[in-house]
Amino acid sequence: MQSNPQEIQPENPETNPNANKEKSNSPFQLALRRFLKNKMALISVFILLIIIILCILAPVFTDLDPEKTNLLLIEKGPSEEHILGTNGMGQDNFSRLLYGGRISLIVGLSAMFFTLVIGVVLGSIGGYYGGIIDNIIMRATDIMLMLPFLVLALTIMAIVDKVTIGLFVAIIALTAWPNLTRIIRGMYLSLREQEFVLGARAIGASDFRIIFKHFIPNAIGPIIVNATLMMATMIIAESALSFIGFGIPQPTPTWGNMISEAQNIRILRNHPEAWIPPGLGILVTVLAINFIGDGLRDAFDPKSNRR
Amino acid sequence: MTILSKESAQDVLVDVQNVKKYFPIKGGILKRTIGHLKAVDDVSFHIHKGETLGIVGESGSGKSTLGRVILRLLDPTEGSIQFSGTEISHLKRRHFRPYRRDMQIVFQDPFASLNSKMSVAELIEEPLLVQTSLTRLERKEKAIEIIEKVGLRAADRLKYPHEFSGGQRQRISIARALITNPKFVICDEPVSALDVSIQAQVLNLMKDLQEDLGLTYLFIAHDLSVVKHISDRVAVMYLGRIVEIADKHSLYSNPLHPYTQALLTSIPVIDTDENPAPKEEKIKLTGDLPNPANPPSGCTFRTRCPLAHDRCAVERPELTELEKGHFVSCHLYTQEK
Ligand SMILES: Nc1ncnc2c1ncn2[C@@H]1O[C@H](COP(=O)(O)OP(=O)(O)OP(=O)(O)O)[C@@H](O)[C@H]1O
Ligand SMILES: [Mg+2]
Repeated sequence: MQSNPQEIQPENPETNPNANKEKSNSPFQLALRRFLKNKMALISVFILLIIIILCILAPVFTDLDPEKTNLLLIEKGPSEEHILGTNGMGQDNFSRLLYGGRISLIVGLSAMFFTLVIGVVLGSIGGYYGGIIDNIIMRATDIMLMLPFLVLALTIMAIVDKVTIGLFVAIIALTAWPNLTRIIRGMYLSLREQEFVLGARAIGASDFRIIFKHFIPNAIGPIIVNATLMMATMIIAESALSFIGFGIPQPTPTWGNMISEAQNIRILRNHPEAWIPPGLGILVTVLAINFIGDGLRDAFDPKSNRR
Repeated sequence: MTILSKESAQDVLVDVQNVKKYFPIKGGILKRTIGHLKAVDDVSFHIHKGETLGIVGESGSGKSTLGRVILRLLDPTEGSIQFSGTEISHLKRRHFRPYRRDMQIVFQDPFASLNSKMSVAELIEEPLLVQTSLTRLERKEKAIEIIEKVGLRAADRLKYPHEFSGGQRQRISIARALITNPKFVICDEPVSALDVSIQAQVLNLMKDLQEDLGLTYLFIAHDLSVVKHISDRVAVMYLGRIVEIADKHSLYSNPLHPYTQALLTSIPVIDTDENPAPKEEKIKLTGDLPNPANPPSGCTFRTRCPLAHDRCAVERPELTELEKGHFVSCHLYTQEK
């Protein structure tokens, strides 16, 4: 270090092996490329897409109304007209499977969406501003986390006489937001101290810009991963609540409802075609979502993406 | 205590007077403030236009905190900061914003100081986007101009930080700091994280840019060798206070404070006519920096000072001018009152 800096030759431009590549090397593109290399995750995306298409295009695959009851056709086995038989109210199991999948997916997706919005907004505000606002938000999450989800859900659904999909989504989103809020806030607290955030403040960037251009892109990996895994949890919550009779009520079909309808030993034993498909539907969907979540986690893993 | 002599008052760009930054120490279940960590404790200095003031001190001596307070990334607990004659220490965030064009910072860690999700173009143009109303094309032109000035290639605009080495990243940081044509740049250990060979290149670049653009630097480092080439004057910090501040030549050839002497003996010195080796006998620095939350009484350096005497434990030495422009705070040079 004592050498005279004047004597040092000019820096030979450190040549970069990627310099002439056409491909973009943005961190997002790198993550995408890593994700596409993950076989399990890709297969899961494929399977999930098939399930989604089947559910969205339900009217193409069946003409039968999933809510129409027929007292003459109760607990019938598979037939040409009803390939998965009928349930205790004479509703067609196959069309209920497809339309029920719709509801289950919609419930999972929209509950995830609302949780995400609440979590990102409150987590950002708390983590960015700190102080009293943060304190209030954190105490609110504490209270929500202390309330047992099941009791809360059961109470609300016992009071309300008709549980709609919207209400159902609201209830599970309400119980799920504290976790995501805390995760996002925690990430922000550590990001806030990083030099690049100080740098953004040093050039006079607005709070809005710092949150959207600097915080969210650097927290997006864990946010997406958590949101994905949360969707799986939401689908399970829907079926669990339906199973104990506190879900979205008849005649609306959901996978959870279909399983709960099969809760008697006669159907369990004699009509596996009535409860195995919705059970598989839940299992495969949840597994696929989890594999996708894992794939996303690996793709966004900061260890393989040196800053 | 004012260091500023009257005749040079006109060309002072940054004037820091009695600045303090205390961080509250919270404790107990109620998270009450149980004490203060005096990261910066009563610091005063000024920087002339076009000058470089080096600030040297061990890790934890409060150098970064001082820089951040001047840039209002942290609010000072007390004290006055004037920039171009305007008091900025109490401006509201909104009112301080226009000054940010004129005051910039280059950080220490080239891996943490650039947002890895933004391309070089976005990074370098961001200050213009935030501070000016230039069009996209104008921003791009300016960015290319500054990119080439700091020794990168225009084609590098489309790359991302992970595709660069530490030295190159530091060049990106410099470009980002300079694109708004600031007058004053705080360099917070800009080369500490770099290889020694790259350090000199980046230092030379910063020196050239200073001449080209007429910049004023506050250059932070943790050892005296790095600031030697770039500084005009040097301040030595210990536990949040300036213990010695002087013209570079005077400080290196005639260090007065035992701490400065100790710092100087820890770097190898080539004895030339231009850089005479200090004549004082060598002082070795032993032990660690005391806990800044609980600093020693009197002179904070006394616990590690081989020349400490009774008075040092009782009375805090004031920064006094011993020679013209050479200030030191040490009881060795002052009479007992
Ligand atoms: N936000 C903060 N809250 C509480 N204490 C802080 C904070 N920032 C810094 N400190 C404390 O203030 C003191 C000075 O820190 P500072 O980062 O300014 O030192 P430094 O001289 O820049 O050290 P380095 O050479 O390691 O960068 C340290 O003891 C540090 O722990
Ligand atoms: Mg520092």
